[in-house]
Amino acid sequence: MKHLLSAKEIDHKLGIQLLDIAAGMAGVNSSDIKKIPTLRGKSIVNLFYEDSTRTRISFELAEKRLSADVINFAAKGSSVSKGESLKDTAQTLSAMGADAIVVRHFASGAAEALAHFGWIDVPIINAGDGTHQHPTQALLDAFTLRRHLFGSSEIGKDLKGINVLIVGDIAHSRVARSNRDLLRTLGATVAFAAPVTLYPFNEDSNPFYSNLDEAISDFQPDAVMMLRVQTERMAGSYFPSEREYARMFGLNSERAAQLSKNAVVLHPGPMNRGLEITSEVADGERSLVLNQVSNGVSVRMAVLYHLLSSSEELAND
Amino acid sequence: MIDFLIKGAKLASGESIDFGIDSGFVVEPATARTNIDASGLVALSGFVDLHTHLREPGFEHSETILSGSKVAALGGFTAVHAMPNTNPVADNAGVVEQVYLRGRQAGYVHVQPIGAVTVGLEGKQLSEMSSMANSSANVSMFSDDGKCVSDALLMRRALEYARTFDAVIAQHAQEPRLTENAQMNEGLVSAELGLTGWPAVAEEAIIARDVLLAEQIGARLHICHVSTAGSVELIRWAKAKGIRVTAEVTPHHLMFTDEKARGFQPVYKVNPPLRLNEDVLALREALIDGTIDVIATDHAPHTAESKDCEWSLAAFGMLGLEAAASIAQSVLVDSGASTWERLEQVLSIAPARIAKLTNQGQGVAKGSPANLTLLDPAAKRSGAIQHSKSSNNPYASETLSGQVIHTFYSGVQTVSNSEIQNLETVID
Repeated sequence: MKHLLSAKEIDHKLGIQLLDIAAGMAGVNSSDIKKIPTLRGKSIVNLFYEDSTRTRISFELAEKRLSADVINFAAKGSSVSKGESLKDTAQTLSAMGADAIVVRHFASGAAEALAHFGWIDVPIINAGDGTHQHPTQALLDAFTLRRHLFGSSEIGKDLKGINVLIVGDIAHSRVARSNRDLLRTLGATVAFAAPVTLYPFNEDSNPFYSNLDEAISDFQPDAVMMLRVQTERMAGSYFPSEREYARMFGLNSERAAQLSKNAVVLHPGPMNRGLEITSEVADGERSLVLNQVSNGVSVRMAVLYHLLSSSEELAND
Repeated sequence: MIDFLIKGAKLASGESIDFGIDSGFVVEPATARTNIDASGLVALSGFVDLHTHLREPGFEHSETILSGSKVAALGGFTAVHAMPNTNPVADNAGVVEQVYLRGRQAGYVHVQPIGAVTVGLEGKQLSEMSSMANSSANVSMFSDDGKCVSDALLMRRALEYARTFDAVIAQHAQEPRLTENAQMNEGLVSAELGLTGWPAVAEEAIIARDVLLAEQIGARLHICHVSTAGSVELIRWAKAKGIRVTAEVTPHHLMFTDEKARGFQPVYKVNPPLRLNEDVLALREALIDGTIDVIATDHAPHTAESKDCEWSLAAFGMLGLEAAASIAQSVLVDSGASTWERLEQVLSIAPARIAKLTNQGQGVAKGSPANLTLLDPAAKRSGAIQHSKSSNNPYASETLSGQVIHTFYSGVQTVSNSEIQNLETVID
């Protein structure tokens, strides 16, 4: 695999392989010296056309812990704000010798354009493209669930038999799409709960609930993934008010209490506390939100390692 | 001595004939200055496109009246209808006359301007349709193509006003609120790709409204680039009621589905969007049974930079003039579902009738104007070869059936052995 563009491209074998590498990287991250020389001499550009805190920092940490040279490129205050096209920006970075580009872009398909339109010949890692895909988020969610379920015996395991309920703005969520693809590939059953206005997969065979309480009682999720709701969606008449959304689809303590005993709660962040999730739940025992964040670094190290270290090194693993 | 003697061509009916061309008309065979062996070729009435973007004035870096005319001739066309979304917009007699004259100067096809329905295509105020109709450009078709005349009252007035000189309003059916920021057909593929969907109802709601308006007013309505099975049903219903509605379908909507959007290649980004397989099948059936009257290309050249980019930033539209006859041949003839006669209807006779072009669409018959094309139905060719100034060609990886070999416009050979002719030397 040269690029990581979509969780759809990750088959079962590769998924397990990446999660297993990530488990090793997690060991690096918990040691005193959080650095290995794997990518020494490689230059990685983080090309961010959208504001991002956690994803950008997570990638940057991952790159630095692998000893790569890191260049951060934010679209604001750059030649992009002078109207430079993605093609020209990418070709410029490639001409300067970038060994990989991590891209976050507002347009769905931007990562595929960089990888496949013949502009440049550099590994592309999709850090979120529009409302399309965010594959490293799916990997870190899968990793977090697997580690929660299996702990130190996680290596080689998949998510067979696990029920995952994704709740909220599915229509505009690259996180939902990526998890739908990867978690299914790894054997989990994925269901959705959302106002019907925010659910685009009507023709699909996913279990879908327009009522969160019903979803919890019928689907019996082992994990509930709450998505961020952007309040500007109200302008598009997707839902009438924050109050009604929180009442119908927010995860509060009462609803969380209806979950099975060992069920966990995930959120890709940033959270709207009080809207899709209350503080009691976000900070509560079931919450794996901070595990997700720390696992994000390990998973991104695994992806970079897999894509960028030379094939001989991989063969020696 | 006559200009041309064409020997051994087959007409759409299957009849084999020899015929002459002289002084712009089809004549009895006789000794000629140029003999053309047309054995194995099909002779058809020259094609008439009701929907062409020639981009001039204003966007000459994509296409010009001259370059687009040549591309049309290579596709077997002898007339094209130039859409008014130029800069300046063709919303007054001055601009349509200019386009018409530039077409005559080019000389490869009849360039018939379509006038804008509203000033500046802004959907606010009717343009001076009557002045355009009475100008030397003789405009009989009006459209805000690219934009829908979405205001119901304005559409009613346009239909009423155009009725007084029996012009036709060609509607680009797209409810704007239902398609805000829409990028592709709304369905499972758009859901997976995370691109804003373009629901079928956005097209169908406008068609439903407009056929009812046309019925009440008794006006002539033409529906541009029909793309959904639901639209076909509405038009079928309207025609059965006797409403004066006609409809066109593009080559690409007869060929491709929204699956093409996977990979995000903007060459497949088009308005209306590529739809589902069931829509393609319904469109083909409607073309065969007469619910859809014509194939129109919606030939929409765009510069490389407006297509070699992120999908959501790319322009809508694709080339079509050079592929249209091949797609028609595949869908109607090679499929066994219909006939060469139907192909000649949908590419020539019906569009000429709708646009009231009396010198076009007259068939290949003695005494009729020599607007005709000879094509080789057995040829297989690469869809990658094309002659537009632009390269947004969706057929680049397709093998196309049939090739235009010769085209005659008003008795002048514009295409010979699939090569465009230099008209100055021909006319000398």
